[in-house]
Amino acid sequence: MASATTEMAVARADPVETARPPEHRKKGSVPWVRLIALLIGALVFVFPFYYMVVSALQRNPNPNISGAFPNPASLSLDNFVAINSAINLARTLLNSGLFTGGVLLGTLVFGGLAGYALAQLHFRGRQGLFYTLILLLVLPFQLLMIPLYVLIARNFGLGDTLLGMILPFAINPTAVFIFRQFFLQLPSEMFEAARIDGASELAILVRVVAPLTRPAILTAMLITFIGPWNEFLWPFLITKRLELEPLAVALANYISTVAQRAANPYGTILAGAVVLAVPVVVLFLFFQRQFVESSIGSGVKG
Amino acid sequence: MATAAPARASRSRLRRLLGEQPIGYLFAAPFVLFLVGIYAYPFFYAIYMSFFDYFFSAPGAEVVRPFVGLANYARVLQDPLFHLAIRNVVIFLVINVPLTVAISMVLATALNAAIPLRTFFRAAYYIPYITASVAAVGIWLWLFSGFGLVDKILGPLAPNPSFLINGLWAMPIIALYVTWKGLGFYVLLYLAALQTIPKELYEASKVDGASPVASFFAVTVPGLRPATLLVVITAVITGANFFTEPYLLTGGGGPDNQSVSPVFLIYRFGIEQNHPGYAAAIGLLLAIGVLIISGINRFILERD
Repeated sequence: MASATTEMAVARADPVETARPPEHRKKGSVPWVRLIALLIGALVFVFPFYYMVVSALQRNPNPNISGAFPNPASLSLDNFVAINSAINLARTLLNSGLFTGGVLLGTLVFGGLAGYALAQLHFRGRQGLFYTLILLLVLPFQLLMIPLYVLIARNFGLGDTLLGMILPFAINPTAVFIFRQFFLQLPSEMFEAARIDGASELAILVRVVAPLTRPAILTAMLITFIGPWNEFLWPFLITKRLELEPLAVALANYISTVAQRAANPYGTILAGAVVLAVPVVVLFLFFQRQFVESSIGSGVKG
Repeated sequence: MATAAPARASRSRLRRLLGEQPIGYLFAAPFVLFLVGIYAYPFFYAIYMSFFDYFFSAPGAEVVRPFVGLANYARVLQDPLFHLAIRNVVIFLVINVPLTVAISMVLATALNAAIPLRTFFRAAYYIPYITASVAAVGIWLWLFSGFGLVDKILGPLAPNPSFLINGLWAMPIIALYVTWKGLGFYVLLYLAALQTIPKELYEASKVDGASPVASFFAVTVPGLRPATLLVVITAVITGANFFTEPYLLTGGGGPDNQSVSPVFLIYRFGIEQNHPGYAAAIGLLLAIGVLIISGINRFILERD
């Protein structure tokens, strides 16, 4: 939800188009200054990740500068075994998967329906509804966290349940905007034609809309996936039982409690960090275009 | 026939009242319910709670929670921890906003050309942004641990006690961390914004004999103003919202509360110490503050 407020802030910005490929500058003026700036930037961004992997693979990570370039023969998977025995990777990964899967399901089904209705169906108050939704989404999470906790964990008794964990994220508002944007681009004549042929709205939804939605579904899934997978604060508040902790929460609890008692706990911590980070990074590398264009494009175009 | 005509008439009256496809209400209903339940209702609940000496009880238990008026707000405003948290948001903004604006503007401008490895650079900048905070904090803990790489490289220049357990350094390191993590998003945002600056402006400034650096300041910087406004507003929101960083990176807002954030206080008072009314008051004051600051920013940046 914290990200939702950010996305909404993005939505209020003046419209700018998504990046188009740069124009080719005059040949001969090799942009060395640019390249050096970019290389320094890349080093600052990527080195910590390289260092994470390299340190996680050292049984006792070497904190000296030479530790960043270890002898490949000395690398081992011991830290992954250690973190697995500390926080049970299979169980915590499964919990992360269930949490994320629930959010994806809710977003694709209900978010897709809402996006379609807001784009292509005509009913009184549609515009007003849309603007009310935008207004609601600017409410900041820090304000909603305590009442949500009271409502979900105390009043509804959903503390320590998967449902309680999923509920505040059940429909990703940014995905709804992506769906709406997508359906707005479809020609309304197509739907009119189906209606004239006597198709009911449900039949149109199943036979016409659903098969067309595939590209929007991919984008919506990608941007929705990151939220619950990376989320820490809410599942941390709502879970007391170990059996329900997603990986991010289990790793954070390991960092804040167990790790302080060990002499050099960083190898184990970093092994956990690798397991937590890798799925998202891999997805990102595969679907870079969708990620970048949707988060910038949807945010900016609203 | 006699029954069909009125039925059709009433259907068309219904249509006129509700629109061509009233089934749209049904399709939008789950999302509307979600927003009411997860955003609107908790918002009013927070306001309500902040006027009471609220505390948690077992579901269904009948308890008396006294109405205290503005007492929660008065106490929050006098709370030295709240002052510390606000000071920390200011430290965060002073470090984060200039760094984010300057670095992402330069990197986006550098990326906005036919450059070898362009896709690699774009991906590299974006990776911290999409990585789980808990994982990224793990890396920084290791880099900045007392015996870690940063202290090793700095040698005698490293502060003592080390960064994360040093009252002077803990908050600036959090600000640097958040800047590092979010920068990739702003690089791409600026890159998108750069495409909207008319090429003629650059050509005109070239004809006027301006150097590339001069035209960067004369054309690029003003042209990116809307994106810069967004950076400022987002920074204010992020600054008011961070939790994972003080909780994990500086071991619970340490040392000696020098890196507490407002949301960390909300967690500590509201959930750990069972004073949700007090925590709700912090949240509301914070939300009002964020609203005012973004309003002022918008006004200043969009005035001309």
